[in-house]
Amino acid sequence: MHASGALEAKDYKSDLKPIWCPGCGDFGVLSALYRALANIGRSPHEIAFVSGIGCSSRIPGYTTAYGFNSVHGRALPIAQGIKLANPDLLVLVAGGDGDGFSIGGGHVPHAIRRNIDITYIVMDNQIYGLTKGQLSPTSPRGTHTVTSPEGSLEDPVNPLLYVLGYGAHFVAQSTPADQIGLTAVIEEAIRFPGFAFVNVQSPCVTFGDPNQQLKAHKEGLKSLAKINYDPSHRVKAMALAQTYGKDLYTGVFYRNPNPPPTFDSLVRERQRHMAPQAMPREKILDTFLPH
Amino acid sequence: MSRDLLTGNAAAAWGARLAEVDYIPAYPITPQTEIIESLAQWVNSENLKARLVTMDSEHSMLTAAGAAAATGARVFTATSSQGLLYAIEMLYTVAGWRVPLVLVNVSRALAAPITLEPDHNDVLAARDSGWLQFHAETCQEVLDSVLMAYRLAEHSDVLLPAIVNLDGFYLSFTREPVEIPEVEAVREFLPAYRPEHARFSASHAMAQGVAVLGSSAYAFFKYQMQRAAEAALDLHDHVASEFCAQFGRCYGAVEAYRLDDADFVIVMVNSFSTVGKAAVDRLRIAGNKIGLLRLRLVRPFPQQEIAWLLNGRRAVAVIDQNVSIGKGGILFCEVASALAGSSPPPLLSYVGGLGGRRFHDEDFDLIMQALRAAEHEGARPEPHLLYSAAEYEKMRELLRVAHGSDPKAGT
Ligand SMILES: Cc1ncc(C[n+]2csc(CCOP(=O)(O)OP(=O)(O)O)c2C)c(N)n1
Ligand code: SF4
Ligand SMILES: [Mg+2]
Repeated sequence: MHASGALEAKDYKSDLKPIWCPGCGDFGVLSALYRALANIGRSPHEIAFVSGIGCSSRIPGYTTAYGFNSVHGRALPIAQGIKLANPDLLVLVAGGDGDGFSIGGGHVPHAIRRNIDITYIVMDNQIYGLTKGQLSPTSPRGTHTVTSPEGSLEDPVNPLLYVLGYGAHFVAQSTPADQIGLTAVIEEAIRFPGFAFVNVQSPCVTFGDPNQQLKAHKEGLKSLAKINYDPSHRVKAMALAQTYGKDLYTGVFYRNPNPPPTFDSLVRERQRHMAPQAMPREKILDTFLPH
Repeated sequence: MSRDLLTGNAAAAWGARLAEVDYIPAYPITPQTEIIESLAQWVNSENLKARLVTMDSEHSMLTAAGAAAATGARVFTATSSQGLLYAIEMLYTVAGWRVPLVLVNVSRALAAPITLEPDHNDVLAARDSGWLQFHAETCQEVLDSVLMAYRLAEHSDVLLPAIVNLDGFYLSFTREPVEIPEVEAVREFLPAYRPEHARFSASHAMAQGVAVLGSSAYAFFKYQMQRAAEAALDLHDHVASEFCAQFGRCYGAVEAYRLDDADFVIVMVNSFSTVGKAAVDRLRIAGNKIGLLRLRLVRPFPQQEIAWLLNGRRAVAVIDQNVSIGKGGILFCEVASALAGSSPPPLLSYVGGLGGRRFHDEDFDLIMQALRAAEHEGARPEPHLLYSAAEYEKMRELLRVAHGSDPKAGT
């Protein structure tokens, strides 16, 4: 920790050495995350970091926060359990495109509609990295992989449209090729009250498209901050999200200017209302006594 | 017929190819991926006229597999470990649909903690689901068992799906010489699937998977499955002898290795039996009359044959690569129940090979000593974990590192 007591990026770095392939995009996600956490300044012991299974899902182990490398596809229900039982913890969730939109895809709408205050970072490499390069739900049509040797026949999921369609109130996209931009959107997503989603285009150097690596991202990304884009309209964000898989727009796609209450705040509100009216327990038991 | 060096996974894929399956729903998981990747190659190169699709999870994979089989297609799929467990709801459901399909499971120990190497808690979690279970020792046996599994599962007296199990890493990634039969010869042994029961056909509408609200109907249909599995046990020998006549390789429901004159027997399954057989050879040179019984068909369970082979021995040890927490080895319980009612030999229970732990000479020496002692002193049913002092020391060292400066570390 810094002499003044302020936390620095290195305070979130664990002594485990990442075993990702050299050049993997996930390294850049990790470094942006360290910086975003330092900017926010919550101590590691106040943070729980949950993931599923995949190369990307290794990320909690590389931080000093509470880590939970869980079960393939189940990161979101685990995060919800942790957050609702410990409302004061800062809960982060991360994982792959497969983890989040294939085997775990059914959990996403429900985490969104409950509006639980968690931040979900998907490291989208359009491939199953850990199992060595099979077709993923975000692989573009025609992708050649070991399970689709002549090119896939199905269309990909569009993660941005998916979460916007289900009503997420904060939706952003970035790439590790833009460290400053990625740090900023992760930080903003964490600060946002309610379910926040960041799709990070995090290239897999080993099995991913060689034309979609960090260098190409750096040259091709289109920063929303630079085009005067107003992120306060869901429908406009959905139109922009149609560019997924074609153009790499980075920044906040949608931020609800009037964030609705989170699930937890609604629970607290109800408890505040109902507690004074509730009959004391002894009174209730008394009603069973013979008169 | 040709001969090639194949991994266990490639042998499984060849089994599906030779069975000329119609449909392969897939979902990758280590160490199974090579199976579906090989099949994907063949489907694209038209060496296999099937449809292969990567599904979104094992649950949907098994659901689609069962549904396709219910229309009369010949279906193949494969998974492992977490994937099999995730599909368990559908394993029970599909078995109840009474549709024959074959699933290859590449054994891998279950989370938590997460690991990759094999043990049998995954496949044995499916033990009671209604699927037949073949456990293979060699790559050749994987290929052959896939063919035999279709033949048995599709028999009109059986109509239950089947799992062929092989050990992850030790067999899935080990190359062995495998004879690949000609497709014509396979067709003679395993003709195209002509469903008489569950199928889609013109002017023959039927409802499948209906609810039965009432215990009599439920009990009736469930017990039919039990009877079908019993029928599969009788039919197995018939199928095996036809296979033997056609291809020259003969398999029993169990394998007896050097049992004829054996006083002592160890019971094992799958690829680690090879290590057990080597230990039997070594212990025999040292003058011990020991043999090995390998369980091949685990469902239906060939209890009579097991009882016949084990009764009268001086002592028997079952080595389980699984643990039913709170009880011990699962196969130990199964073997013990097969011997109940007779006056069984003293029966010892060993739990070893969890998470792929290797077996060492010392393990078998220890078992040999215990068998000799049990002959005179009898046996206690508590399981004994095969775990060496050196391993324990190493583990304590790891705990010390994990606990840092905690004074209670490693205790
Ligand atoms: C139930 C279950 N099925 C399959 C697997 C095997 N598996 C592990 S990670 C993974 C997909 C990884 O892809 P992704 O989620 O995109 O993460 P990446 O490795 O690309 O970061 C799969 C299929 C598993 N662990 N559990
Ligand atoms: S396989 Fe791909 S996703 Fe996994 S560590 Fe390597 S580069 Fe990263
Ligand atoms: Mg991925």
